[in-house]
Amino acid sequence: MREKILYGLGALAAVLLTHNIWKMLTGLPDEAFQGAIFRIIFFHVPAAFTCFACYFTSLVASILYLKSKQLKYDSLSVSTIEVGLAFGAANLISGMIWARIIWGIWWTWDWRLTSSLICWLLYAGYLVLRRAVEEPTERARLSAVMSILSFSVVPFVFFSIKWFRTQHPQPVLYGEGKMDSAYRSMLYFNWLPLLMVAVMLVAVRMMQERRQREIDALRRTVHAF
Amino acid sequence: MLFLRQVATVAAKDLRSELRTKEALNASLSFALVILLLFSFAFDPTSEMTREISGGLLWLVFAFAGALILNRSFARELENDCLDALIASPVPAPALFLGKVAANYLLLLGIEIVCLPVFGVFYNVRWAQQPLWLLLVLVLASWGIAVVGTVFSALTVNLRLRELMLPMLVYPMLIPCLMAAMQLTTPLLAGQPVEGDLLAWLRMLVGFDIIFTALAVMLIDTVLIG
Amino acid sequence: MRALAVEGVWKFYGDYPALRDIRFDVEPGECVALLGRNGAGKTTLLRILAGLSRASKGQVKVFEKDTLDRAARGAMGMIGHGIGIYDELSALENLRLFAGLYGLEHADRAAMEWLERTGLDRVKDGLVREFSRGMRQRLAVARAFLHRPKLMLLDEPFTALDDRAITLLQGLLKESLSEGSTVVMSTHQLREALELATNVVLINRGKLAHTGERTQEMLNDPTYLYRTYGES
Repeated sequence: MREKILYGLGALAAVLLTHNIWKMLTGLPDEAFQGAIFRIIFFHVPAAFTCFACYFTSLVASILYLKSKQLKYDSLSVSTIEVGLAFGAANLISGMIWARIIWGIWWTWDWRLTSSLICWLLYAGYLVLRRAVEEPTERARLSAVMSILSFSVVPFVFFSIKWFRTQHPQPVLYGEGKMDSAYRSMLYFNWLPLLMVAVMLVAVRMMQERRQREIDALRRTVHAF
Repeated sequence: MLFLRQVATVAAKDLRSELRTKEALNASLSFALVILLLFSFAFDPTSEMTREISGGLLWLVFAFAGALILNRSFARELENDCLDALIASPVPAPALFLGKVAANYLLLLGIEIVCLPVFGVFYNVRWAQQPLWLLLVLVLASWGIAVVGTVFSALTVNLRLRELMLPMLVYPMLIPCLMAAMQLTTPLLAGQPVEGDLLAWLRMLVGFDIIFTALAVMLIDTVLIG
Repeated sequence: MRALAVEGVWKFYGDYPALRDIRFDVEPGECVALLGRNGAGKTTLLRILAGLSRASKGQVKVFEKDTLDRAARGAMGMIGHGIGIYDELSALENLRLFAGLYGLEHADRAAMEWLERTGLDRVKDGLVREFSRGMRQRLAVARAFLHRPKLMLLDEPFTALDDRAITLLQGLLKESLSEGSTVVMSTHQLREALELATNVVLINRGKLAHTGERTQEMLNDPTYLYRTYGES
């Protein structure tokens, strides 16, 4: 039953995405200065939103784990961080492709780019930490602490990098803030299927985690004999 | 009152055994000197550039050297299962933690105080033009490093590859703290006072210290007792 | 007032229950031998009793207080696998440290007294690093008894110790039992443990297999227990 709901969600996301891409390519005119490549923003920005929604969900899940000690919250936490990292990577890479075409460089130490990269590294550290702990309950406990600390540092990262960068001349500025309303609504509307994909991936990962725990418990039972 | 005495007992214990062997201290100091030396190959040490990046340079040295101190902090408790003996005692986990933070903090400050004049000599920087402000920045930023570093020292103490894990996890976490310290230190070394925009960085340091001390004290029980 | 109450303790490693619904009480003055094969969960249970680990379900009360409570921790002493002594400190410094952590009023006097009792007073200022194995073990015993715990927890105490330390430890355990203290020790060295024990708790694969008084049959034939209570 649960899997059917997931398949349904995935199918719906695919339909929505196709519809959106069709509309992006045919319905919306090229942007005056950037040309065709500007459309990448419809994925770039929603990916960032999804990524941070995932990080936030992991924070909540980690707090719930420490309160209840139920391993399903640990599964939720690791699943959301993995999916968040995937969307974070999508965000960074799409940004780099855009930067290469518009600015002529792959990377610039713009504050948003830098902050996203630092957050990505922080949460990558979470996964590295998990791999180093053998026992599932200990792993859940330590990584919950890591997730809480990581999320707490995110606002500091954003503010510090922003201050740092605004004190220096920036190489190129975004042309944002005066986006056309058709573009803007497209941007938000494209967030919906991406979020659905994220939810689906998280759910699949959580099922894997549960089975992994079952396997681990069986192995321990066998070793006990 | 009792809490403070327990913190002091743990801190004194750590300092005494560190000062007796000087394992981490020697390693950390010589590492700091090596990095100071290596930096001189990365750019021309006499140029105007030294002045512009001096803050960043200095704090990178402190952060690298600090990792060695922090690594030892809980690793020291592993021999003979001393950590169990400490946790089983009636000392609450936050007192144990703050005692260790205090010891690491003092060791860090010690290393920084030694490195500053060396840095001044090697790179021809008159570092003591704003001594009080500089001291304030050292005091605030080192506390941030000590608190976050000690949490991760506790978090990684039982893990495989502990020595590799700690810097990997700690440095991204410390970026705001280090960045604020770098931004403040560069003008201070050039002799400018802290004013205007720079005050915001000072506030950031204070905020970082307060929030992470509070979080660490809240979470340390969970970290230490499984 | 019960010295120790284990109330339905479970411990999970992931989904695997390492301890399942362990429950038993220990009255003051009793000496409990906690028995079981390797991997039965003795160390896991002792760590929970000592407050080094938390039960996943259920509760442990030490003199009717939670194990994480200050008073409960102050009343407990523990000898685990490691000696719990710092190599870089001297014998006296080690004992003074733990006297301070346990909030003893006359820390120096207590430390000296225990150095004398364990025959280490002549080397009190020597670094533990330079001690022989036997001396380190005796110092570990002194550390555990320093604050006169009313509940002593021992994890395989006789395996790591040399003869002199075993004699010392047995003497101290007998003495504190006669003063009304309580002892819980895990061991698979049945004979030494059963001589001291008044009660036994047998754990088999994380489950409580038997709990009750130590009987003469057990003393006569140490394997009797395992044969009777369903362990091959």
